[in-house]
Amino acid sequence: MARVVVDVMLKPEILDPQGQAVQRALPRLGYEGITEVRQGKRFELEVAEPVDDAALARVREMADALLANTVIEDYTVRVEEPDPAQAAA
Amino acid sequence: MTAHPEASGLGRIGVVTFPGSLDDGDARRAVRLAGGEPVALWHRDADLRGVDAVILPGGFSYGDYLRCGAIARFSPVMGKVSEAAREGLPVLGICNGFQILCESHLLPGALTRNDHLHFVCRDQRLRIENAATAWTADYVPGEAITVPLKNGEGGYIADEATLDALEAEGRVVARYLGGNPNGSRRDIAGVTNEAGNVVGLMPHPEHAVESLTGPTTDGLGFFTSVLKKLVTA
Repeated sequence: MARVVVDVMLKPEILDPQGQAVQRALPRLGYEGITEVRQGKRFELEVAEPVDDAALARVREMADALLANTVIEDYTVRVEEPDPAQAAA
Repeated sequence: MTAHPEASGLGRIGVVTFPGSLDDGDARRAVRLAGGEPVALWHRDADLRGVDAVILPGGFSYGDYLRCGAIARFSPVMGKVSEAAREGLPVLGICNGFQILCESHLLPGALTRNDHLHFVCRDQRLRIENAATAWTADYVPGEAITVPLKNGEGGYIADEATLDALEAEGRVVARYLGGNPNGSRRDIAGVTNEAGNVVGLMPHPEHAVESLTGPTTDGLGFFTSVLKKLVTA
């Protein structure tokens, strides 16, 4: 079993008022020097089959159809390698 | 179209209820007050019961999970609504219904979090820009109306080329007057498809159909417009 991660972010030209609110909150907590925050979504898909090119193509289909709204969002797909320390445990 | 066995002679307007819809009751009431016959449709329905038009009401379908309207788009009834809309069935999406129409790609653009991040609930002045759609023919172009507005994710967004095309083709149906309540590009409150049968609107005409409960009766025109169109069709 493998994990495929889909990260969804608003396109750069789309205003992100939530990210802006987070960015404005940081100095109030004493964290200076953060000039911009953009907020997105992360999906972790546990895939039963081996993750080959066909499986990744299917994940991209899912992202296009449901996980992201490509009118306003971009996404990236990547395979997350299992942590060897955890796998051994 | 052949007569449906349940046809009564009145315009039959389906109102879809999704899990989390709020304004389906008011939408059915508005249809009745406008002189039509409201038909309750359920999100799992696999046919449209022969209705002459469909309203997708406001609310929070499927809890707004993922994105507003993103899950509702894949409900069985929406498959039929999309098919029929492409063949010319009049469809009006109000608030969450507008979000569903954008997620379904029946209308261009998307609706995003209000730029000020607050939920807005107020009576809102609008200007009707396009009085030629199936849902706005009873208005006069340029007419100002006041209906309730209530949304957290009502900011209408599309890329500049799409916005320019919407303006050039007269597909902006209504615009906000007296201040932009949610950061919508170019003050857009509603848009239509190329054929003018599908309209999405963020404010709520169904809450302004009688003087007892609404700020005005200005919203009634959306419902009388489509009923007149059905009679003359």
